[in-house]
Amino acid sequence: MATESIAWPVPDAGKPLVEQLHEWVTTVDHKRLGILYIVYALLFLVIGGVEATIMRIQLMRPQNDFVSPQVFNRMFTMHGTTMIFFVAMPLVFGFGNYLIPLMIGARDMAFPRLNAFSFWMTAFGGFLLYFSFVGGDGLYGAGNAPDVGWFAYAPLTSQTFSRGHSTDFWILSLLVSGFGSVGTAINIIATILCMRCPGMTLGRMPLLAWLNLTMAGLVILAVSPLTAAQAMLLIDRYLGAHFFDTQAGGSAVIWMHFFWIFGHPEVYVLVIPAFAFASEIIPVFSRKPIFGYPVMVAATLCIGFIGMSVWAHHMFTVGMGAGANTFFVLSTMAIAVPTGIKIFNWLATMWGGQIHFKAPMLFCAGFLFQFLIAGLTGVMLSVAPFNWQLGNSYFVVAHFHYVIVGGILFTTFGAFYYWFPKMSGRMYNEALGKLHFWLFFIGFHLTFDFMHIPGILGMPRRIYTYEPGRGWELWNVVVTIGAFFQAAAILIFVANLVWSYFKGTLAGSDPWDAWTLEWSTTSPPPSYNFAELPEVKSRRPLWDLKHPEDPDWRYE
Amino acid sequence: MPRWELPSRGVVGMYCLIAAEAAIFTIFVVAYIFYIGKSVSGPQPRDVLHVPIFFTICLLSSSITIHFAVRSLRAGNVRSFTAWWLLTIVLGALFLAGTAQEWRHLIYDEGLTIQTNLFGTTYYSLVGLHAFHVTVGLLALAAVSLLAILGYVREEHAERAEILSMYWHFVDAVWVVVFVVVYIVGR
Repeated sequence: MATESIAWPVPDAGKPLVEQLHEWVTTVDHKRLGILYIVYALLFLVIGGVEATIMRIQLMRPQNDFVSPQVFNRMFTMHGTTMIFFVAMPLVFGFGNYLIPLMIGARDMAFPRLNAFSFWMTAFGGFLLYFSFVGGDGLYGAGNAPDVGWFAYAPLTSQTFSRGHSTDFWILSLLVSGFGSVGTAINIIATILCMRCPGMTLGRMPLLAWLNLTMAGLVILAVSPLTAAQAMLLIDRYLGAHFFDTQAGGSAVIWMHFFWIFGHPEVYVLVIPAFAFASEIIPVFSRKPIFGYPVMVAATLCIGFIGMSVWAHHMFTVGMGAGANTFFVLSTMAIAVPTGIKIFNWLATMWGGQIHFKAPMLFCAGFLFQFLIAGLTGVMLSVAPFNWQLGNSYFVVAHFHYVIVGGILFTTFGAFYYWFPKMSGRMYNEALGKLHFWLFFIGFHLTFDFMHIPGILGMPRRIYTYEPGRGWELWNVVVTIGAFFQAAAILIFVANLVWSYFKGTLAGSDPWDAWTLEWSTTSPPPSYNFAELPEVKSRRPLWDLKHPEDPDWRYE
Repeated sequence: MPRWELPSRGVVGMYCLIAAEAAIFTIFVVAYIFYIGKSVSGPQPRDVLHVPIFFTICLLSSSITIHFAVRSLRAGNVRSFTAWWLLTIVLGALFLAGTAQEWRHLIYDEGLTIQTNLFGTTYYSLVGLHAFHVTVGLLALAAVSLLAILGYVREEHAERAEILSMYWHFVDAVWVVVFVVVYIVGR
């Protein structure tokens, strides 16, 4: 196997700034686009985090007037929309873009220009959303940013109840970024199916590639319905149609269905790449190959499949009738089975291994524990009568933040630390990484463990304030304190990345003694990735290279 | 080691695009079916819709002509390719003209617009979405025919022509669904 790369001078060195920027703007290189996605997502992570902090300050004590009710509505709408569409999705696509071609031994994605187009569509979508702060009011006295909630139920979005242009900015921004998402998903599928290096059969692909393949399939099947629903909403608002207009016989419930047909698979779109990070990081830091590779693939496909048929568990409180309720209760519970299989497989990978608790592994260990709890509250909420009691309460908010922060964000932080040496060529600071983990871990549990309790005590989500004496005060103070811990941890994280980018020790091509192809090329990799396309014979090509006396392909 | 062959990225990409488009159409079709008979005021579909048999035949036969075009190009016969390709464009344009005529009739003679009732809303959206896809397809086909007339299309481009033809077949297949839902079930 010839994987040695020629040392190549850093292309940016010595060029004028304008020229460097021009190269970044016009790039079609999957690694640069991946980094653009990631940096873009980090920027929005900070913005969305500020919005969350504003909400937490407002809710810290009863009858607070830190922000007005109108501003509070804008904050939760912008926070949700930003975090899902402009933080989580770009992070998923950024890492996917960067890693997939490297891991399957390709020189680039299948359609490099489509790749650039998709990124800029996503970027433009985020710009449109935030431009609403400036251009959203359109009408005197109308609100200036979207305030309809991230799932924008009808009839809040009708012309009658949403004057001005704020909702239009929301619709257009999601439409445009949706085109970008579908473009990237098409690209990922075509790359994985058509660009693998010789010997890289589907059964030898790194799990990350398998999981991203599933994710891309879900994006195609789930984001497109959202695009359709947004088009309908736009037709309603601009051409006076009646899709979601109850006075003309239209249905508000059908918007819910259309939104959640997107909205629930979207959770799997985000969590499956998180599983992918865990599936790459845990084996390397346990010094064992992944346990049960074929079962992991099967469980992933199973999650993708069942994930398409659970959407209406977001709608138990609407009153869908016994038949639909039963179906969605059972399908939602069923999805816990393949997810459980995955958790056992990760545990079995760690079992008996030499575990190295570096920052990436710490985050993955945190993920395992937290994702289990998130899954358990998910099974609780899947029971329709329980859901009738706690639907739309802070219990639900705590549950899905447990999934998104405790599951997805934790593994993503792990992925940042794990692949930072590859992307930048330098090591991060391990002490700061561990400090980040512990601060964030404490902050996360302060916020989201205790957020369950006011939910059980009856605190509904999306209220801008509450009366004293309901027993919610203490919990809200604790939750807000946790938010500040998390904010501090994020600052340390960003500082660590920036400092290490300039001053970190050189990483070399394979700092973790890992087994997948991205570690066989230089850090950062040259623009063509591999001087000579590698040829693989097993699931751990670098193991074969390092241990010619005992290669994996003898046993697979 | 056996020869290393992978599927064509163009074909895979087009299948993925078709899947995404199919998901979009599914939502519009579901909305159409869900709202059948729920309009609170007239006109109702059975009062105003006529089955567009001729134009349907035009569109469906354009799938056959584009198939022949691609087959000619595979055989290296660029002239025959260009002729079949242009015939496809004519048939597609005829279909589009048929839709335009139907809409004109509905708007001016029957007074049905997208604002009139749920039937108008769902009908114009679904048929309009399809007509939009026909238009995009026609623009792409026209671009290829322009290249063909200028002499840039050769035998080695057969796969690209075939990928475009997959899109066109998809647009035709969607029409079968729209036709059944709007003109048969919906009436």
